[in-house]
Amino acid sequence: MTPDKSGTRHFRQMWVTSIASVPLVLFLLWFIISHLGASRADVVASVQNPFTAILLILSFAVILWHMRLGMEMVLEDYVHDERMLRASLLANTLFTAAIGVAALYAILKMSFGS
Amino acid sequence: MANDKSAARPLSPHLQIYRPMLTMMMSIMHRITGVGLYFGIVLLVWWLIAASISDGYFDFVQGFFGHWFGRLLLFGFTWALIHHALGGLRHLLWDTGRGFDLNTVEWLARANLAGSIVLTILLWIVGYGVMA
Repeated sequence: MTPDKSGTRHFRQMWVTSIASVPLVLFLLWFIISHLGASRADVVASVQNPFTAILLILSFAVILWHMRLGMEMVLEDYVHDERMLRASLLANTLFTAAIGVAALYAILKMSFGS
Repeated sequence: MANDKSAARPLSPHLQIYRPMLTMMMSIMHRITGVGLYFGIVLLVWWLIAASISDGYFDFVQGFFGHWFGRLLLFGFTWALIHHALGGLRHLLWDTGRGFDLNTVEWLARANLAGSIVLTILLWIVGYGVMA
């Protein structure tokens, strides 16, 4: 990964994902709280609602993109060695992508039955 | 980047030179909570993965979150989430060019901190209410 030199694009993406995160986090909180102590069958039944599944996927997409941007800023501030910075930016991308794939797998598996 | 050329330049004063102020601490907390949430989301994905696998594994993960240590992690996660979300709203306000006078900045910092604690406790009261 090369360090991101486009500050304006970074700012705009941070702005958009921040605003989008507000309703999506409220949705996630509602989803989690309404399933406290629930059985697995309850959770699966909820995720089989297409609207819920799509909102979950959307939430992860927006939040993970936001997370990647935020960690990018932190790394650019504190990692001063060029090679270490490139490596850590790559790790940041891989980590957020892996979380996204894992979440997508779980949501789709439940949504399409099991 | 910190190569040999830039190392010789004078450095601007960093954190340790300033008296700690609430606004400064809140800025640091925004970053710390952000990094905490970055890793904390693993908990949410773990729960979803468990729900997609089997009853036995889901019960195991539910048991972990039901344990006092699991609840402590989730309480910290909740507070970090609310704190970071309210801090984000402050930044969105500042992005419009408003709220920069000292009184407003100070008030926003206090409201952010107090709001994060109150809302976290309220959410947990709702949570325990749902489970009861």
